[in-house]
Amino acid sequence: MHEWALAESVIKTVIETAKKEGIGRIIEVKIKIGEMQQLEHEIFKIALTQLKPVELRDTEFKIEVDKTKLRCRVCGHEWFFKKEGFGEEILEAIHFLPEVSHAYVKCPKCGSPDFEIVSGRGIWIDSIRGLGEND
Amino acid sequence: MIDPRISVIQDRIKSIEKIIAVSSGKGGVGKSLIASTLSLILARKGYKVGLFDLDFTSPSTHLILDVEELEPVEDKGIIPPTIHGLKYMSITYYSTGEAMPLRGNEFSNALIELLSITRWGNLDFLIVDMPPGIGDATLDIIRFIDGVKFLVVTTPSILAFETVRKLVKMLKELGVSILGVVENMKTGTSSIRQEVSKLGIRFLGEIPYDPKIEEKIGNAYELLETNFANSIEKILVYLED
Repeated sequence: MHEWALAESVIKTVIETAKKEGIGRIIEVKIKIGEMQQLEHEIFKIALTQLKPVELRDTEFKIEVDKTKLRCRVCGHEWFFKKEGFGEEILEAIHFLPEVSHAYVKCPKCGSPDFEIVSGRGIWIDSIRGLGEND
Repeated sequence: MIDPRISVIQDRIKSIEKIIAVSSGKGGVGKSLIASTLSLILARKGYKVGLFDLDFTSPSTHLILDVEELEPVEDKGIIPPTIHGLKYMSITYYSTGEAMPLRGNEFSNALIELLSITRWGNLDFLIVDMPPGIGDATLDIIRFIDGVKFLVVTTPSILAFETVRKLVKMLKELGVSILGVVENMKTGTSSIRQEVSKLGIRFLGEIPYDPKIEEKIGNAYELLETNFANSIEKILVYLED
């Protein structure tokens, strides 16, 4: 599953960032997931658990869902992405690659496909909390 | 806020021997046909080859290869399907036949996503069909793919070559490896060979204009039998170095 590839990237980034910032023991990692990508949370959590190395044994991963806010570049209208009204195949395509939404989503006010994803696109590490190497 | 995807890109491409970006300053010079034919020739020679269509807003290699009914397999990421002996990745799996306008940041996001989730496995060559110009795609490929080599395409037209000159200048300034320049759609005489040599890079060869090539689009086997393919085969020596 695609969730595994993203979980792998989270683990790698957490370890690299902790090393760079001098964090010895990582207590908590907050991850934000954009609604548009429709990641399967359970699969993502299983992937995180199975992929995490010994140094992240006690780390708690907190996952928060971010609503996907879109803004039309033509008329300025802002709206939230809702999966209702799209077929399974289109949702599956957006799941893999949120940018393909530009092929299927139009501004509900003026009909333009020229919109920006203001928030809630994909996956982000919001914060990493831990103790310093000398703590 | 940290984007975690970037950290795995190098892992995803670490088992690829050579990554070659088929690029040009201008559109319509034959990049996609050259990238596709080059990939097919390499695969026929027994190399493990991937073809990645990076022209997200105007993809066309799927038409050249007649990619239909194919989908990537999901397995801890996505595995590109194999067609005509090469692993093939294109945004068209997801955008189907719809127009997909993308601005700079969106292009970069789509590229990062595909680079971070696509599992190419072991490859001798990954050929990247680039969109024209020195915009987001070129800058992003240089930014994310260490060791990428550029194969630059021009036509005999001074208009095409002028944009190539700028592309080459930028690549040299950035210290990016350039395999050389190939002159496509050659008719009559031109001074491209001399002009390329003035830039201090290799002239890889010329591909004569082939009016019949259009008829071979969508038929990989017939494409490989053309004079166009024979001309491309002659430049392989520079790629296999």
